[in-house]
Amino acid sequence: MGSGGGGYEKDLNLEATELRLGLPGTTSSTAATDQEPEARHARNNKRSLVDRCEEEASKDASRALQKDHDSAPSSKAQIVGWPPIRSYRKNSLQATKTETETSLTGIYVKVSMDGAPYLRKIDLNVYKGYSDLLKALENMFKFTIGDYSEREGYKGSEFAPTYEDKDGDWMLVGDVPWEMFMTSCKRLRIMRGSEARGLGCAV
Amino acid sequence: MNYFPDEVMEHVFDFVTSNRDRNAISLVCKLWYRIERLSRQRVFIGNCYAISPERLIARFPGVKSITLKGKPHFADFNLVPHDWGGHVYPWIEVLARSRVNLEELRLKRMVVTDEGLELISRSFVNFKSLVLVTCEGFTTDGLAAIAANCRSLKELDLQENEVEDHRGQWLNCFPESCTSLVSLNFACLKGDINLATLERLVARSPNLKSLRLSRAVPLETLQKILVRAPQLVDLGVGSFVHDPDSETYSKLLTTIEKCKSMRSLCGFLEVAAYCLPAIYPICSSLTSLNLSYAPGIPGSELTKLIRHCRKLQCLWILDCIGDKGLGVVASSCKELQELRVFPSDPYGVGNASVTEEGLVAISRGCPKLTSLLYFCQQMTNAALKIVAQNCRNFIQFRLCILDPTKPDSSTNEPLDEGFGAIVQSCKGIRRLSLSGLLTDQVFYYIGMYAEQLEMLSIAFAADSDKGMLYVLNGCKKIRKLEIMECPFGNIALLSDVGKYETMRSLWMSSCEVTLGGCKTLAKKMPRLNVEIFSENNEMENCIDDEQKVQKLYLYRTLVGPRKDAPDYVWTL
Repeated sequence: MGSGGGGYEKDLNLEATELRLGLPGTTSSTAATDQEPEARHARNNKRSLVDRCEEEASKDASRALQKDHDSAPSSKAQIVGWPPIRSYRKNSLQATKTETETSLTGIYVKVSMDGAPYLRKIDLNVYKGYSDLLKALENMFKFTIGDYSEREGYKGSEFAPTYEDKDGDWMLVGDVPWEMFMTSCKRLRIMRGSEARGLGCAV
Repeated sequence: MNYFPDEVMEHVFDFVTSNRDRNAISLVCKLWYRIERLSRQRVFIGNCYAISPERLIARFPGVKSITLKGKPHFADFNLVPHDWGGHVYPWIEVLARSRVNLEELRLKRMVVTDEGLELISRSFVNFKSLVLVTCEGFTTDGLAAIAANCRSLKELDLQENEVEDHRGQWLNCFPESCTSLVSLNFACLKGDINLATLERLVARSPNLKSLRLSRAVPLETLQKILVRAPQLVDLGVGSFVHDPDSETYSKLLTTIEKCKSMRSLCGFLEVAAYCLPAIYPICSSLTSLNLSYAPGIPGSELTKLIRHCRKLQCLWILDCIGDKGLGVVASSCKELQELRVFPSDPYGVGNASVTEEGLVAISRGCPKLTSLLYFCQQMTNAALKIVAQNCRNFIQFRLCILDPTKPDSSTNEPLDEGFGAIVQSCKGIRRLSLSGLLTDQVFYYIGMYAEQLEMLSIAFAADSDKGMLYVLNGCKKIRKLEIMECPFGNIALLSDVGKYETMRSLWMSSCEVTLGGCKTLAKKMPRLNVEIFSENNEMENCIDDEQKVQKLYLYRTLVGPRKDAPDYVWTL
């Protein structure tokens, strides 16, 4: 494969599918000229940043500093000591990075209660776990939920907290781990009366 | 020459509190030296290896407060290998033996052990204040000893330390009789906290002015604490997440309104943006706000908050505030003196970052600015020139372009002229950090204009030895010079060896200095410790003086080479 060649090859546009090293949009001839102005600006004996990174990366693997490289996700090479941010700060950034993504958007779900005139909306992110959530629901709708058990569901009251999951099924709140519940819950419904008792409560 | 008895001189000297001034006093004559040294209570030691504790005590037997710094500054950025040194135990041992009446110990970048903390707690009856900044090597067991044994403890301030959390009940170790706390900061602890104990501790500390909580302290507890301590001036919030419809949250709203003395707010180590309105009532009297550890607050919420903070003098923020947000800061915070903008995504190239536009806006709106730390995506000479014109009072100017050799983003030229404008305009500049594409020319400007410069940090800059020479020759007051990845070699290093005795320290890593050059320097200057760091002791076995030195750290000292250097450190 190569540039030039017969008309047949041009029609096929082989160049577009050619595997090559280099930035998209450059050919081997343009790449060379692009680099020259850069070199004129940079110092004569200055290695390029990329070279420096590669040199750093290939250095002695027993460096204690290596562990910081391993923990930080990166697509481009990282330079030791740059940017000049204290490890304490870097670590706390990383630790909260995943949390940031969810707390930014919030997981708002509708909550309906049988017999109530209107629905409410809550952000599941605010709650640390099931007990937190259920207490908040009790407060919001002024009712009491019974005690949860795997065998009998919510015993001791005529209410049962349920939720609609991604498959469209109505599930009892509390069966799956909290994190799984947070991601699969589409809406909540507090069932009441005989319907509630049907869901796993002792008859 | 002296018309007054010693006691009168001493009384006069009491009014002189700055260490520099007292150092100057002690140089006037032998009499003043003697009176000053016997009455000195606070001593600052910028490099723990420059002097020994014995000599400190010999000169200042009445010392009550000691500040010690250990590792070189670049240790913060992982450039100094583990176990380099900076151990404080030998100091505590000597101080304890000599029966110094130590009341305050402030340490930065030092290795502190539980044994050391225990020794402090048992040796100094009047010990009042422990401040540890970016230290490591201790656990909550050491904190338990301090809590249990220091009867008149006023201040326990842990800033950004690496503490091994044994989840012990160190807070419980404060006896019921301890009611003297004025300042408590445990924000850097990772483990669980006994909340009830914390509440009781706050309840019996009527003098508590500053409290900084760790992430493990939830909003409910914060509310209860603030009820007990409405007199707080400085608060570090731990977790700030709650259902805004709840009773706890509405209680918090009323409680916060009673905190009329609150001037400084930080932390929010875990936060839901929609809980932030709870603090609006105290924003108008805040002078200091640090949200740089608060994850995930969108720029829009940050700006809403900052609009309320019209008296702000110090703001630390993440770059997700954006240039527009900085514009809001500029129009709202006219009293701003210190601004730090940290990157929320240091390795990525997000759109949640700031550029030269934000900085220009700030300079236009906040003429009182004296201290800046600014992490940004790009910068231009034109912007820096505008900043230099608008803000002539910079004492600290630290600019960090995330891509370290990036040129002026509009002209592709080096940023020499921009930084040159800054040093020319800000005659009082004492601390400077440079980044971006820079040639020898910027150092020419620095040497020419930065007459008060004391600390300079350089990386990936300059074309030749001339750069370093300009600085060493021109900056008469330079004390700390730290350089990484610059083409400075032996010529620059050896041009004025006497200069280094007027400085605290020099750091050079990944430059062009050779082993031979360092050896020459060490030979000429016996009162410098010239430390070379090597990987795997290769340096000691190597006889090739032409070999380039990876890391060089030299500092003046009165006590010769240190005895606690690890294997990889070779003191020439």
